[in-house]
Amino acid sequence: MNDLTRLTAREIAAAIAAGETNAVDVAQAHLDRIAKIDGQLHAFLHVDSEGALETARRVDAGEISGPLAGVPLALKDVIVQKGVPTTVGSRILEGWRPPYDATVVERLKSAGVVILGKTNMDEFAMGSSTEHSAYGPTHNPWDLDRIPGGSGGGSSAAVASFEAPLAIGTDTGGSIRQPAAVTGTVGVKPTYGGVSRYGLVAFSSSLDQAGPCARTVMDAALLHEVIAGHDPRDSTSIPSPVPPVVEAAKQADISGMTIGVVKELSGEGYQPGVEQRFAEAVETLTGLGAKVVEVSCPHFAYALPAYYLIAPSEASSNLARFDSVRYGLRVGDDGDRSLEEVMSLTRAQGFGAEVKRRIILGTYALSSGYYDAYYGQAQKVRSLITRDFTEAFALADVLVSPAAPTVAFPLGEKLSDPLAMYRQDLATIPSNLYGGPAMSLPCGLSDGLPVGLQIMAPTMRDELLYRVGAAFEATMPAPVPPLDWEA
Amino acid sequence: MAEITRAEVAHLARLARLALDDSELDRLASQLDVILGAVAKIGEVSDAEGVTPMTHAVPLENVMRPDVVVTSLPRDDVLAGAPAAEDGRFRVPRILDDET
Amino acid sequence: MTVPYAEALQEFEPVIGLETHVELGTASKMFCGCDTTFGADPNTHTCPVCLGLPGALPVVNEKAIESTIRIGLALHCDIATWCRFARKNYFYPDMPKNFQTSQYDEPLCTDGYLDVEVSNADGTLETVRVPIERVHLEEDTGKTLHVGGATGRIHGASHSLVDYNRAGIPLVEIVTKPVVGTKHRPAEVAKAYVAELRDVLRGLGVSDVKMEQGSLRCDVNVSLNKPGDDWGTRSETKNVNSLRSVERAVRSEVERQAARLRQGERIVQETRHFHEDTGLSTSGRSKEEATDYRYFPEPDLVPVAPDTDWVAELKAALPEAPSVRRRRLIEQLALSALDAEAMTNAGVLDLVLATVDAGAPAAEARNWWLGHLAQTANSSGVEPAELSITPAQVARVVGLVAGGSLTAGLARQVVDGVLAGEGEPEAVVATRGLAVVSDEGALATAVDEAIAADADAADKIRAGKVQAVGALVGRVMKATRGQADASVVRRLLLERLGVTE
Ligand SMILES: [Zn+2]
Repeated sequence: MNDLTRLTAREIAAAIAAGETNAVDVAQAHLDRIAKIDGQLHAFLHVDSEGALETARRVDAGEISGPLAGVPLALKDVIVQKGVPTTVGSRILEGWRPPYDATVVERLKSAGVVILGKTNMDEFAMGSSTEHSAYGPTHNPWDLDRIPGGSGGGSSAAVASFEAPLAIGTDTGGSIRQPAAVTGTVGVKPTYGGVSRYGLVAFSSSLDQAGPCARTVMDAALLHEVIAGHDPRDSTSIPSPVPPVVEAAKQADISGMTIGVVKELSGEGYQPGVEQRFAEAVETLTGLGAKVVEVSCPHFAYALPAYYLIAPSEASSNLARFDSVRYGLRVGDDGDRSLEEVMSLTRAQGFGAEVKRRIILGTYALSSGYYDAYYGQAQKVRSLITRDFTEAFALADVLVSPAAPTVAFPLGEKLSDPLAMYRQDLATIPSNLYGGPAMSLPCGLSDGLPVGLQIMAPTMRDELLYRVGAAFEATMPAPVPPLDWEA
Repeated sequence: MAEITRAEVAHLARLARLALDDSELDRLASQLDVILGAVAKIGEVSDAEGVTPMTHAVPLENVMRPDVVVTSLPRDDVLAGAPAAEDGRFRVPRILDDET
Repeated sequence: MTVPYAEALQEFEPVIGLETHVELGTASKMFCGCDTTFGADPNTHTCPVCLGLPGALPVVNEKAIESTIRIGLALHCDIATWCRFARKNYFYPDMPKNFQTSQYDEPLCTDGYLDVEVSNADGTLETVRVPIERVHLEEDTGKTLHVGGATGRIHGASHSLVDYNRAGIPLVEIVTKPVVGTKHRPAEVAKAYVAELRDVLRGLGVSDVKMEQGSLRCDVNVSLNKPGDDWGTRSETKNVNSLRSVERAVRSEVERQAARLRQGERIVQETRHFHEDTGLSTSGRSKEEATDYRYFPEPDLVPVAPDTDWVAELKAALPEAPSVRRRRLIEQLALSALDAEAMTNAGVLDLVLATVDAGAPAAEARNWWLGHLAQTANSSGVEPAELSITPAQVARVVGLVAGGSLTAGLARQVVDGVLAGEGEPEAVVATRGLAVVSDEGALATAVDEAIAADADAADKIRAGKVQAVGALVGRVMKATRGQADASVVRRLLLERLGVTE
């Protein structure tokens, strides 16, 4: 076999199953590539060579089999893996080794997926550029001076640069889809409740959802099927069968489907180059036999403010547990300071600026005098956005929009302007508020940088994303970054 | 609606157990003012009155587990990540009187 | 400075309120599968969920919901058809997530009552209805040990140690509405309420309601106002952890507030801490600077919507209420009103009835609980119900006496053994060697020795003064360390001396 890192997950699994290669060689090839390029890319926070090779050996020994057995994967550092450092991109958890596996990790392990390590992310998944990682930013393989998206920039950069064929991301307001868009990869946020959140370090509990990152729609579908399904340890997990996503990716036929273009997800804030690629993508879908209609979702205009009230509110509560008592950092315990002082110092030094900003914002929005005007009102708007989706899905099978309003921007450009950063999630946030599934897949380049097409489907109809995505992908395979920076 | 004072940020920081210095408080106050100005747009939604607030994306009810004991973690694992432990317990600095 | 209780209540009208926390007796915790057994080594009953580890998620214990609904039904509450858990946000090291998963504006049960009986000045009993505001479900906190200061006090400690075994145990909070019209006996009503509530909970089998182990804890609110005025500012006294303390806490707070009001001072709305040793409370955090709990619906849990058929089934299967059962048994046993009152006032009525239920004759049960056991409780400063002997054990001791294997004196020693934690009555009999000596051969020696030792008495008896036998019986009993049956000894002595009655 020539370069094992250039193969898709499906190809790797098939080659291992056919005896053309073995899982250890595949794992080693990817570990070697990480060793070679990750110094420049910084997609990984921790590489678990030993654990990866151990799993690979077990696959080769025939102990584990399945459609993804022996396929390497990069795990976003927001998901706990027993004994492997989990930092969530934060100083406050530096050195913590979880004593348990997330449900997603359990499922990956029993499927024989080879977990290479933990990927970089914006601290606590708060950000759209990975620049808010306490461990330094990840670089976009398309241009090292640009951001790889966020919060899951490490996972998308790893996949785009052939460090791993698959990755797990998490998506609270677009953290899988926006990085996929700006790195030219495929990223899916499944239906909320479709993939267990047990072991996913919570940012915003009612919005967080783990999902697959890959270079092809089929690879994403194969990973989706491995990680999805009911989990009794997550009360919000949906007790229904997993939508037939792999079957849908094979079907790849959209003739007769109605596709709705969301009027509100265009115009102000969207780069002309992005809008142009999107318009061409819509034409392609028409050409594939779909009927395209325009739909209006008037409350989407309020999705961003609703999100920036709900997510920080929940985060302010979720992040209270990082208090220097049971795990993680402790600062200033000199035997004289009180616990309250030590706690406050630890949290002030352990959390980065963006996390503190959101904790304060959330604390404010939940305060007794402001609850109704902020958090309460945001949840009402969430209902209205959901109503918009329901009405739109009465007119169209799926909805489409650009996945991100811009292509990858230069590192540092939006760091001092939180609102500009927040606007990266304009198009992705509505699906999180509603709960339905959404995908970003490549739809060409603008100024030499990838543009993402977003497909949104009704709750628990995840297979529709794969059906449309696979049909579209057949007309336009994922672009390959030049990688001219490689040493 | 917006307009957040430095004193208010200091109060929020205390509630959230964040020891912020003066310059951080100033910076946060001005940033929060801008952010709150933007999110205050939510108040413009005129048809929100009477709408049921949505707390969950999935309308599930009555998710419960049977009352069955499951093995706990080994204590070494429980205390392994602790910044300080003593006699099988988590050790913390002295607790202020007024916190009870 | 204080104003005596009775005097204070002539001048002011009391309004009281009680918040009672009950640890449910489920096998596993509220949101995880950890064992709830009391007394395990620290931090051995913990897991990612109850330690609040990053990523862990709660799942509701079905039995805890059921128990809470049953409590609500027993207290005549309305049961919610749909309700949610909420997060109560505040930092404290015994709370792993730094929020408590509780219920806020949507409790499971609302608007009920509990009837309790208190005695009037003339000794007659009167029923007082205590209105219940709500019954809701939440989770308990861990336990903190303060090191380096004065014995276990937080003040002056150098550091603290936290054990999370208790964290996450299901806790039911039962909150009364303000109780008005308790007139001259707010403390007595408060105590009667907690005692009755404890009996209800015990009858339901939802909790072991051991106040000394903290499975039932009370906060007591008290305010005073001049007749005709609005209600006064209330204080909330925490850590009130025995029936006697409930009474003492109300009493001392009435006395303290009356003194302040008399001097024209105002009452500060505050949390006070009750001290078992002194029976007094000290000021804690002022409520006026209370923290903002930032409640919001718990996004990690979905709503609870109890099925109305299920609730109806639970209601139909409720045990007889203690007050009803009490009335029925009083009637069945033909207890006099005076007797019943005496027992109520001594806090032993239910214990007597339970002992009768366990098979003892009413008179015997009454004698034990009003006699030896009431004295023991009194001298060790606890309520009879808090003694570590159960009505069933008392009934078994009564049975052993009736069967002839114990004498009255031995029975008392057996009861003391059980109270001292030496095990079941039968075990105490065995280990202390307390069986009656009914072997007449073994007694004969003791009888002969007694006759020889007191020849005067023996002569008097032979001469027909049978009543003099008492002295000899006493000698034999002493010699056999109380293990002989006195009536048998008497018969043997008379036979030996050739006297017939
Ligand atoms: Zn647990």
